[in-house]
Amino acid sequence: MKPMIMFANVDKWYGEYRALTTINAEIRQGEVVVVCGPSGSGKSTLIRTVNRLEAIQGGQILFEGHDIHGTDANLNRLRSRIGFVFQSFNLFPHMSVLDNITLSPTKLRGLRQGAARKQAMELLDRVGMAHKAGAYPGQLSGGQQQRVAIARALAMEPPVMLFDEPTSALDPEMVGEVLQVMRSLARDGMTMMCVTHEMNFAREVADTIWFMDAGEILERATPEQFFSTPQHPRAQRFISDLRAH
Amino acid sequence: MFKDFDLGPILSGEYADLLLRGAGLTAQLMLYAWSLAMTLALLLVVVRLTGKPVAERLVAGYVSYHRNVPTLVQLMLWYFGVPTLLPESTQLWLANFSTEFIFAVIALGLCQAAYFCEDLRAGLRAIPTGQTEAARALGLGYIRSMRYVILPQGVRNALPSLINHTVLLFKNTSLAMAIGVVELTYAARELENYTFRTFECYLVATLGYLAVSLLLMGAGALLARHFNQARAR
Amino acid sequence: MLDVFVIIRDNWELFLLGQYPHGPLGGLVNTLILSALALLIAFPLSLLVVMARISPFAWVRWPATVWVYVLRGVPLIMVIFWTYFLVPLLIGRNISGFTTMLCTLVIYQSAYLSEIVRAGIQGLPAGQAEAARALGLGYFRTFGWVILPQALFNALPSLISQFISIIKETTLGYMINVQEMTFAANQVNNQLLTQPFQVYAILAITYYLLCYGLTRVATAVEHRIERKRQGDRASTPSSPTGPTLTASEPSR
Repeated sequence: MKPMIMFANVDKWYGEYRALTTINAEIRQGEVVVVCGPSGSGKSTLIRTVNRLEAIQGGQILFEGHDIHGTDANLNRLRSRIGFVFQSFNLFPHMSVLDNITLSPTKLRGLRQGAARKQAMELLDRVGMAHKAGAYPGQLSGGQQQRVAIARALAMEPPVMLFDEPTSALDPEMVGEVLQVMRSLARDGMTMMCVTHEMNFAREVADTIWFMDAGEILERATPEQFFSTPQHPRAQRFISDLRAH
Repeated sequence: MFKDFDLGPILSGEYADLLLRGAGLTAQLMLYAWSLAMTLALLLVVVRLTGKPVAERLVAGYVSYHRNVPTLVQLMLWYFGVPTLLPESTQLWLANFSTEFIFAVIALGLCQAAYFCEDLRAGLRAIPTGQTEAARALGLGYIRSMRYVILPQGVRNALPSLINHTVLLFKNTSLAMAIGVVELTYAARELENYTFRTFECYLVATLGYLAVSLLLMGAGALLARHFNQARAR
Repeated sequence: MLDVFVIIRDNWELFLLGQYPHGPLGGLVNTLILSALALLIAFPLSLLVVMARISPFAWVRWPATVWVYVLRGVPLIMVIFWTYFLVPLLIGRNISGFTTMLCTLVIYQSAYLSEIVRAGIQGLPAGQAEAARALGLGYFRTFGWVILPQALFNALPSLISQFISIIKETTLGYMINVQEMTFAANQVNNQLLTQPFQVYAILAITYYLLCYGLTRVATAVEHRIERKRQGDRASTPSSPTGPTLTASEPSR
């Protein structure tokens, strides 16, 4: 079966600095991939190239068979099929929670307000935020905002969800509520790519772990393999640092 | 002077008419100049958004000129200077109209556009980059992102400055008296010449200006609070 | 357009000095003198207004607030006319255009400068006043030795901007025959009669160069203040930020 996302010899430079080195990887439908590694390893850069928030200088990234970095790519349409959750939530502060979620279905799909709102309420229910539909982002806590952001990303019913360090900007007591939503998405069969430091989450939910350092994917393994017997020396150091906590 | 303080004579009959007509001209100046300024400012912002260095320098030059040259001098340059650049036939044709008003609108509008443009630019700059990313990541194209996410926030950010500068424009309408527009200040002066009731005339005009200015400032504060309430914690 | 240079060559003294030495000092020099005097006198006055505005006593605070709002809401021309009318009544004799303009600018700017200083004061961390009072410094000493110096330093770019505004406001003196640069330009124009655009263009460019130059100074000062502020921020300890690491997180 064709992979949902495929990286083929992907290279990226920031000027002289090589951010991504010959990345070859794929994510199958229904697979949950967690990308981890030390800071500066290129994990965020990698995930941001998938929906072209970052450009690439070499190679190809295929999403559902389409070259998303190609010059004739229908970027907006492709992006609407990729759900992206940011570290800093990035909810639209001038719109209510409900309007944040109904924005793309109404403008991109031409859904009528009534139908869009109904769908939005269902999504909010799913993330446990239905009671705040009329609130504004500024009135919500970080964890609440991130859950709304996840609902917003789900509004166009994308086949894949990308999470860029979704809990890194949250106070510890709010991390759990967001991870719970992500867990339930994974359980429902969503294809997910997550950059995160939450290793317990990775152990529990991931199908595959990609370990990155210095712009390369150094190791690919199942959680059991990765956490008990990491192969690459840098991965071993990473795991032992984890245990030291 | 204070002994015979009497607002009566100036608030009735032809004297009141004079003041009212003056106020009317002030209002018209304000309306036309403001519309011209806002339209032009939006245009300038769009030009700036194209990102081309030529556009940036043109707009920056425009803003720099209008902010560093005194408004009165700009008025005089337009009213006394510009007509002489036009061809003879146009100048003769223009002599049929009272061009003071038109040139006042042009000068004030162009000057104010520079201030509004900078306010809008600052308002747009205050938006975190994550907003554009989030909008684009949802699949909204450039125009839709601008229309639904970026511009609404930009205008809201710029609102306090825009209101302040609107008050400034309102006060600047009084400069038009230097080129002969019979707006409120000119009218008050004329009235003073007729009635010698200096204090009363000035007082009425001053109160008129104050009333509108305070109203504008109050409206601005209300709007700012309304928008901040929606966003603040 | 080459007439511009001819006009400058023939009339530069009028532009620069007015009718001096055959008459009172005028032109650009007088504009600068008027502006500088206005700033120097208005500044202490504005400090009084600021102190009144942040005073805990309502009977002091209210008049100051009214003062500021009235002057912000009334056009400068009206203030000129009021001054022209009231000051001779108050001091019993007529005053020159220059003095009228000076008084007007002082009054007008006392309000605007006070707002700038007030913003500077409110921009300081609350801890400054608290620390000073905790040390036992009284209200006025706190204000004079701790708050005001810092507020003024931070407000320096805005104060320079305000000086530029004053220069632009002196042009209104033309309407009451103050011998400043716009008046001089008008005189040149009345002599030549045939080249108003060139004359006023020269005037505009002169003001532009003057004000733009000062704007650059203000920007340079602003940069230096920003650098100093960042230095201060780096050397003071900040409160713990960000989430604490959970047991499962790797060290960064």
